Amino acid sequence: MTDHAQPIAAPLPVVVVTPRMGVGRLVRSRSVLSGGAIFVMIVAIGLLAPVLGTVDPARIDPVARNKTPGTQRLVRNDDGTQRTVTYWMGTDSLGRDVYSRVLYGARVSLVVGISVATVSAAIGLLIGLLAGYLRWLDNIAMRVMDGLMSIPAILLAIGLVSISKAGLRSVILAIVIPEVPRVVRLVRSAVLSIREEPYVEAAVALGARTPALLARHVLPNTLAPLVVQATFVCASAIIVEAILSFLGVGIPPETPTWGNIMAEGRALFRIFPHNIFFPGIFLAVTVLAVNMLGDGMRDMLDPRTRKQL
Amino acid sequence: MYGYIARRLLSTIPVMGVVAIVVFSLLRLTTGDPAAIIAGDSATSQDVADIRTKLGLDRPIVQQFAIWIASVLRGDLGESFFFKKKVTALIAERIEPTLALATCTIILAVSLAVPLGVLAAWRRGTWIDRTVMGFSVLGFSVPVFVIGYALIYVFAIYLSWLPVQGYQRLRDGFAGFIERLILPSITLAVILMALIARITRASVLEVLNADHVRTARAKGLNELAVLGRHALRNAAVPIVTVIGIAVALLIGGVVVTESVYAIPGLGRLTVDAVLARDYPTVQAVILLFSAVYVVINLLVDLTYTLLDPRIRY
Repeated sequence: MTDHAQPIAAPLPVVVVTPRMGVGRLVRSRSVLSGGAIFVMIVAIGLLAPVLGTVDPARIDPVARNKTPGTQRLVRNDDGTQRTVTYWMGTDSLGRDVYSRVLYGARVSLVVGISVATVSAAIGLLIGLLAGYLRWLDNIAMRVMDGLMSIPAILLAIGLVSISKAGLRSVILAIVIPEVPRVVRLVRSAVLSIREEPYVEAAVALGARTPALLARHVLPNTLAPLVVQATFVCASAIIVEAILSFLGVGIPPETPTWGNIMAEGRALFRIFPHNIFFPGIFLAVTVLAVNMLGDGMRDMLDPRTRKQL
Repeated sequence: MYGYIARRLLSTIPVMGVVAIVVFSLLRLTTGDPAAIIAGDSATSQDVADIRTKLGLDRPIVQQFAIWIASVLRGDLGESFFFKKKVTALIAERIEPTLALATCTIILAVSLAVPLGVLAAWRRGTWIDRTVMGFSVLGFSVPVFVIGYALIYVFAIYLSWLPVQGYQRLRDGFAGFIERLILPSITLAVILMALIARITRASVLEVLNADHVRTARAKGLNELAVLGRHALRNAAVPIVTVIGIAVALLIGGVVVTESVYAIPGLGRLTVDAVLARDYPTVQAVILLFSAVYVVINLLVDLTYTLLDPRIRY
């Protein structure tokens, strides 16, 4: 039955996934291209951290504490020979190599950013689809979302991590919960406009049942704005994770994350600012790249903002 | 109009209800006995039992919620187990620095971002526009604490123009008060400016193409009058809306900025309370900040009618 609705569905979607937002278009956008290139580079740095001349990021070396960037030191190997070690980004007050910690820190930020974006997009999509389509659920769900959105995201995340054991999974969960309502709102408003489209009416008239209708006719048309939103969620999740770690309530301090490195460097910031600046620069560049990716995609989706920019 | 105000006021009740349930659940979601957590490591079993009766933890959960809500509505936010005093007293002590920081930040952000946004829209497509928008994307991406430390390094350590950290109460001298607020306010204003400038630009651009702006130009008004009187006024609604949203960013930013600049405000209190597992204080601060957010957005909605006489409810 629903197959008959397909030809009607094709020409009339509200937000078209193709061809307006094809891969070709994406690559032609300067913002998407440069944002994507930097993001891929950070991913590569995170993945290749072990082979990029790093040492164990958790290794404490009391002799090499608080070295400024570029310091070289002679280290005696076990067999008696000597080699020179260069601390490209200096060391922290426990003598850990900041360069190694910053490179390994990319992993945590990326894992948190990508998982939060995926999980909150999935949960938000489900709730948003149901709320947008089932009128009885709409009111309840949206009041709950309004309430959740009234609690400032960072405070809610701080409150949530404070009740659970500090760790990667609880940090991800604590950031997902404040992000979900933003996704729900977006998906719901897309569904509300799609459900009035003639092809949805046609599918209903042809006897499509609600689950099939949502999955085959409504869902595909919410995906494009959802991807854009997920990109922004990823950027904000990376920042919130860094803030949680920086405040000392996030991932345990021995794990190298950009926020943890900065938290460690706070006490001696006046004399050794490198502990703050190197992870700070990496953090800012990563978030900038993800935001550029999102901005570029959004401008492509919304011809109105494209014209303005 | 009065009907609208009444309806809008009523709509805040379910929202605050959800907030209250979430904040209440925060403590109940912990694995383990909340009374034992509140009592701390050195408590005796008698202490734990006392706290359990005091909080009504031996009663059904719905009843517990009712007890808690009733005391919150009476203005009793409980007692801080870490600071050993009433949470309301604690908040009263810490509110001045936060209010001062938030006020300075909003004034700074609005007074710089609105003109910049208008300028960018007016000179659309030029280097001015591109610079303003470039800074806006940058402002969204550089985290608050990175900006904070960069500013401290340049202005307090390298140039030594301003104090590095700390806070001075207003009654201990205005110069010292304002001097210590400059860097934190700039730090916190960056992200708000990014947001406000972007929305101002977009809404002014939309208005600049309108007929009445063309008419204003055609009758020979100078550009300043066209932009200020005719364009900006009609673009005011989205700009005010975004300032409502900006309050959420501001509250989140306050927590971080106060930590960077060692300002003893509510944000710093939140972090200290979380680190000390002082749940009554954490709950109270989250509840307070959420209420502020809800009230400000209520006020924003109500000012629409003042800004745009075409909006009637």
